[in-house]
Amino acid sequence: MARYLLKRLGLAVLTLVLLSVIVFLAGQVLPGNPGRAVLGHTASAQAVAAFNHKLGLDRPLVVQYWSWFTGLLQGNLGQSYQYQAPVGQFLGPAIGKSLRLAAVAFVIVVPLSIVGGVVAALNRGNAVDRVISTVGLSLSTLPEFVSGIVLIVIFAIELRVFPPGANPPPGAGFGTTLYHLILPAFPLVFVLFGYIARMARAGTVEALESDYVRTATLKGLPRRTVVTRHVLRNSLLPTITVIATQTGYLIGGLVVTETLFNYPGLGRLIFNAAQNKDFPMLEAGVMIIGIVYLAATLVADVLYTVLNPRLRLQGED
Amino acid sequence: MATTETGDGGWRRAGVPTTPGGAGSPEVVDPLATLVLPDHELRSSGAMAVPAGRIRREQLRLLVRSKPFVVGAAILLLWIVCAVFGGLFRPYNPTAQNLLAINQAPSAAHPFGTDNLGRDVLSRVILGSRDILIVAPSAALLGTILGTILGLVQGYFRGWIDTLTGRVVDAFLALPVVIVAFLIIVAAGPSVPTLVVVIGLTFGLVISRTVRTAVLQERELDYLAAARLRGESGLHTMFVEMLPNVLGPIIVEFTVRLGYAIFTVATLSFLGFGIQPPTPDWGADIYATYNYVSAGYWWETLFPALAIASLITAINLIGDSVESVIIQ
Repeated sequence: MARYLLKRLGLAVLTLVLLSVIVFLAGQVLPGNPGRAVLGHTASAQAVAAFNHKLGLDRPLVVQYWSWFTGLLQGNLGQSYQYQAPVGQFLGPAIGKSLRLAAVAFVIVVPLSIVGGVVAALNRGNAVDRVISTVGLSLSTLPEFVSGIVLIVIFAIELRVFPPGANPPPGAGFGTTLYHLILPAFPLVFVLFGYIARMARAGTVEALESDYVRTATLKGLPRRTVVTRHVLRNSLLPTITVIATQTGYLIGGLVVTETLFNYPGLGRLIFNAAQNKDFPMLEAGVMIIGIVYLAATLVADVLYTVLNPRLRLQGED
Repeated sequence: MATTETGDGGWRRAGVPTTPGGAGSPEVVDPLATLVLPDHELRSSGAMAVPAGRIRREQLRLLVRSKPFVVGAAILLLWIVCAVFGGLFRPYNPTAQNLLAINQAPSAAHPFGTDNLGRDVLSRVILGSRDILIVAPSAALLGTILGTILGLVQGYFRGWIDTLTGRVVDAFLALPVVIVAFLIIVAAGPSVPTLVVVIGLTFGLVISRTVRTAVLQERELDYLAAARLRGESGLHTMFVEMLPNVLGPIIVEFTVRLGYAIFTVATLSFLGFGIQPPTPDWGADIYATYNYVSAGYWWETLFPALAIASLITAINLIGDSVESVIIQ
């Protein structure tokens, strides 16, 4: 067990290094001359050279990568091109905002999708199942900005039950802040719902068909007891790890949702950085998403291994 | 192992065995235990080798008879007609601005209204199908071709080639590929070729896993032993002997990836890094107009959004039908 965990952790670290190389190459090599890209075509050659020199962009690539990477490890994420200030001071508040939105989405989607999946499984094959499965699949394949627009039109413009933006008025309390985050959370909820519900449904169907459930039923236990004591315990095991992996998606899906709802989180920061060719900011944002993503998949893998040793033995080929 | 790529989102439809119990797959010990494996492993473990010829025709007949497929194909056909012949029947020039008629609500003259530059929304929706229907299928096709070649080579040669390339693929799939793809497109500058190549490469990695698994199941069969004994070359064995037998999962994978490609291209266009204005494009049009929604001009944004939704739904319907026909 310890060996597997160590191996898995090593793999995650290696992947992180690979990610840093790709991000570095994409952010600092692919755009060509950053000074030219930031200052535009009208800037003089001297100004471009001075800009590049000031940011150390005229050094050899390996040196640049090393100083960027070691800086990253020390928490120095670089200097923003557009604000001429350390990237870190923008990232902190943005991450906090994104976490709030992600938390709202999670609190809504987890119970909703588990109940949806279990109900679909218990009604396997009939209309209820078909409706939940079809609706879940359709919703999960819609881009967040498409479902977001439809939600805004219906709930903010026509019915006026939710505000169209995610930002509460200044000085708003917890309740108002939360209220503003419900509509923006739903595009994320839609995408995740189909995925988690399908998993919960598949796990429940599997458990319902097992011998131990048949035994429990034949013993004369009421269906309620069979479902809560025997089925759910086994069926939700894979679902838990899926939820952990989805954290990785969630943080990526924020780019679109936050842009649509003008919500100043990490996703919007990345989008702004991309629009303004602010590569240090963009790189730092992508690295943070990557780290969250890797951590989430690591937790999911480890959790699943801990909960189900069969997979671990199978996996070691 | 259970790394799950999402965000395009990745394997949103992953994780549910396509056939309960993974029929025909000796590898699957406990279907429950495979639930968090990525979809490529599940899809192909459920997909059995499909003999060619008569059975193919039978499958085609089944497909044409399935209602979801017909509905999906009809919607897709509608958009293809719009993309190809839309120039002939669009009511207005989609890029012609009319500043005297901006933000007009739907009416007889403009059934979908006009946008903030006075352009006819219906015309833009009709012709917005063009670029996405070129970029998304090209990217999905490129990914399928690359993934097929890589998967065949890995599954056929095994050994160090498989280990080495497999590790590289695993490492890439452990990354949030869509975010990385976004970074690369931003850095390289958005253009149609960049979009196709970046999305195609990304999808190719995923597809190679499916193809490899399918090839590994074929590997021990008699016809390949016969090919070896005849002294056939590797290329012949891979592409003439094996490929037709693993085509089923490849076709399924293509339709699934096509849906994701549309999702990805639309999202990138919305973020301003896909198809560039003033070319009519649904995603880009939504980005250009969504700030006006709260002012009550919902038609400028809602109709392109519904267009994307209908196209993705059509591809899903087609994909699901193809999958259920091929896997049975």
